[in-house]
Amino acid sequence: MEKGLVERAALDALVDAYEHKIGPRNGARVVARAWVDPAYKARLLDNANDAMADFGFISRQGDRMVVVENTPRVHNLIVCTLCSCYPWPVLGLPPVWYKSAPYRSRAVIDPRGVLREFGVDLAADVEVRVWDSTAELRYLVLPERPAGAERLSEDELAALVTRNAMVGVAKVMPPSGGKS
Amino acid sequence: MNGIHDMGGMQDMGPVSYEKDEPVFHAPWESRVFAMVLATFAWRKWNLDAFRHTREVLPPEDYLRLSYYDQWFSGLRDLLVRRGLVTAAEIESGVPAPETAKATPPLTADKISPVPLSARIHAFRDVAVSASFRVGERVRARNINPLGHTRLPRYARGKSGTIERDHGVFVFPDTNAHFNGEKPQHVYSVRFTARELWGSQAPEKDCVYLDL
Repeated sequence: MEKGLVERAALDALVDAYEHKIGPRNGARVVARAWVDPAYKARLLDNANDAMADFGFISRQGDRMVVVENTPRVHNLIVCTLCSCYPWPVLGLPPVWYKSAPYRSRAVIDPRGVLREFGVDLAADVEVRVWDSTAELRYLVLPERPAGAERLSEDELAALVTRNAMVGVAKVMPPSGGKS
Repeated sequence: MNGIHDMGGMQDMGPVSYEKDEPVFHAPWESRVFAMVLATFAWRKWNLDAFRHTREVLPPEDYLRLSYYDQWFSGLRDLLVRRGLVTAAEIESGVPAPETAKATPPLTADKISPVPLSARIHAFRDVAVSASFRVGERVRARNINPLGHTRLPRYARGKSGTIERDHGVFVFPDTNAHFNGEKPQHVYSVRFTARELWGSQAPEKDCVYLDL
């Protein structure tokens, strides 16, 4: 700061942005929109940058985003084995476990074992797709819409979506009180 | 470089430790290091690949021992000195050398609010480069062991996969990290079956996608 390389106000603004403005709520809004609007979902899977730019938290020319869809037959899991690549604009900064050696090392060789540690037990006939973020593409999982959430609004649906579900280490749970 | 950072496929790192309701930063200094790394990027004296490489060259025992933002701080100090923004003596003393003209920061708070859309380095290049591969084509990852930076993990080297998608043209990390040019080229999503990577014991349908 004394050399004029950085200014304090900019540092404070960056910290504030990533502590309070940019986080998994962004991604949750994208997911909820995709659940209620099939045309939006098609755009999101085809060109995630363009679809996410609707919300204003990503520039159309910015980080290249890719959204991968979970279905009853396919489960996607995101990792960066080489460092810590993570979709900042929609999930904020990565949690420690995502950057940790246990997750990075085993997610590619034993994704089902890692998922079991997170409480997700996948059937043998489900195809597991692991996405190792080895280039400047950033991945977001579009989780399955939970049963029992048919009558919820887009905002109510967004409230159900967790960071872990969008990384692929969790499923989105039905609204509390509901059974699936 | 075949360093500890390239850990995909290792099995002895223990269970994943999950912290419930984890804060974005665990201490104020972490947030300062984070912000300083982003703010100094704006000088364009280095790139994301070069920054990544500073972590990769840490001795393995340091890599595993240091916290994430400790690694960032180490890399930041390294690049500040190596790229001429700060001298080693200034890092040591904590004050600018006498008679240093005060610079004007390229990243100011008004460029960040409300969200820092432009604070990151983008690697996509809108230039015409012919594609070497087509979607659906079978390919084999090179077996290379460079001493410098590469984004081809050891576990995929020499393995066969299928081109799933052409992502367009990006800078080449292997040269860009060492300031040897951007060498823009196509990046492809390549699908490798778990059995190709890990052998016949792996579940039949499972697969790993890498961007190469």
